[in-house]
Amino acid sequence: MLELRNIVFDVPVQENARETKRIIDNLSLTIPDDRFTVITGPNGGGKSTLAKLIMGIEKPTSGQIIFNGQDITDLSITERANLGIGYGFQQPARFKGMKVKKLLDIAAGKKLPMLACNEYLAKVGLCSAAYLTREVDKSLSGGEVKRIEIATILARDPKLAIYDEPEAGIDLWSFDRLTETFRDIHEARDGRSIVIISHQERIIQLADEIVLLKDGRVERTGSPAELMPQLGFVSKGVPGCRLSEPTELHLTEIPTTC
Amino acid sequence: MAVDLSPIDENLLAEITSLHGMPKGAFNIRKDGELVERHSSAFIDIETKTDNPGIDITIKPGTKGETVYIPVIVTKSGLKDVVYNTFYIGDDCDVKIIAGCGIHNNSHQDSEHDGIHSFHIGKNSRVSYVEKHYGEGEGTGERILNPTTNVYMDEGSFCEMEMVQLRGVTSTVRDTNAELAAGSKLVLIEKLLTHDNQMATSNMKVELKGEDSTVQVISRSVAQDDSVQIFNPLVIGEAACHGHVQCDAIIMGNAKVKAIPGIEAAHEDAQLIHEAAIGKIAGDQIVKLMTLGLTEEEAEQEIIDDFLN
Repeated sequence: MLELRNIVFDVPVQENARETKRIIDNLSLTIPDDRFTVITGPNGGGKSTLAKLIMGIEKPTSGQIIFNGQDITDLSITERANLGIGYGFQQPARFKGMKVKKLLDIAAGKKLPMLACNEYLAKVGLCSAAYLTREVDKSLSGGEVKRIEIATILARDPKLAIYDEPEAGIDLWSFDRLTETFRDIHEARDGRSIVIISHQERIIQLADEIVLLKDGRVERTGSPAELMPQLGFVSKGVPGCRLSEPTELHLTEIPTTC
Repeated sequence: MAVDLSPIDENLLAEITSLHGMPKGAFNIRKDGELVERHSSAFIDIETKTDNPGIDITIKPGTKGETVYIPVIVTKSGLKDVVYNTFYIGDDCDVKIIAGCGIHNNSHQDSEHDGIHSFHIGKNSRVSYVEKHYGEGEGTGERILNPTTNVYMDEGSFCEMEMVQLRGVTSTVRDTNAELAAGSKLVLIEKLLTHDNQMATSNMKVELKGEDSTVQVISRSVAQDDSVQIFNPLVIGEAACHGHVQCDAIIMGNAKVKAIPGIEAAHEDAQLIHEAAIGKIAGDQIVKLMTLGLTEEEAEQEIIDDFLN
């Protein structure tokens, strides 16, 4: 279980400035085990910052972070990773010379058998034969590197996985496959928790709990049934404008794995 | 003349050639300016030079699938070993050449090895050349390696040269020169890691003389501590040719790296490109690996190891 207690995070308005801006404002939140939580909300609301505070990439100005009863507020990223927290970056790093297989091995903490690599890559819609020996460098497209990033979290299999906008940069076909993967992880109900930062209706629908974050505060929490109507996903398009209706796409008919 | 190899010698040999014990086939092992052991094979002949110190290696036309080892080790301090090794590779060959130099210096006196390697590559031959340089020892004496590599490529030939210096060499000035005839292709891969107060200079001059000749220069280097590296690759296109120079360097601590990639087109159909990038390890790379459970130091080492492959 993850507990955030009265988290405050201030940043200087400019480098070396004394004046600060509050990004996270006295936020308290509990994420129980075996739970699928989606954090959503407007841009600049503090969603990514919150994820970074949980992973230890940023340190809070004040407040406490408790993970499975242990105060991890002052622990490093590495220590938190070893306690079972994982983080899928919104904009993943690229590594010159590092092969996809190596990155998956590092994530898993051991040399993975090929079969396991195939499985992780298939879950993000990539064919391992074409990717395992590729380097995680500029030769991969944004969508490819993003899917590999998600595969590293699958290989790591953390107790608490945080995905920061996993859909960003991913094409519709792969997104469909990805949604299935998240659903499968969740349905396995093996005590692992998933936190996804997302604006995507189809991911939000999967949630046990939605957390609406605005101006660094939890504005509302609730189930999809409770919150979806308030998030504005119900009325699509511009009233009276037929051209803004979304096109029907049968995504499941398009193969996404090899 | 046969000289016994000590455990230090064997360790140096293993570092530069991955060999444990004597190789099979053609080889020439040199230690402290003297021959340790030499073998020619049915297709590869190794002879002592008559004019300069060094050897002539003649590979018969049509030789395929053979490997030649010509490692050098230096364990005496105060020694300056200069050696000329010349390869004459016949037409239609496909061979691998493993060279390199390991220096063990425990003294305050300098040890130096200057290897001048020349390759005459025959028509349609394929050559893979690997040269590793390595230094070790606790002494304050410098470990100096100044290799010169000259490559003359005949029509339709292909050569891949991987030149690696990963630790322990105090000072190096590397000179690489190549001339390419029509349809030949050269891939030059240079990997360097310098640390402490080490100094490395790499000069390259590749002349694309024949039509449809191609060169690809890939330089990857890591400069740590107070070390200094200077890169001077120059590609000259004198025909309808392709040249690509890519210099990538990671800089750490107080190190300095200077890259001056040059391209010179002397033909209107010469297509030459150069790229150079120097920078520290990106913070997001370290953070990503830390989120996978590595410490900051482990993450840094992993990034460097992969970068230098």
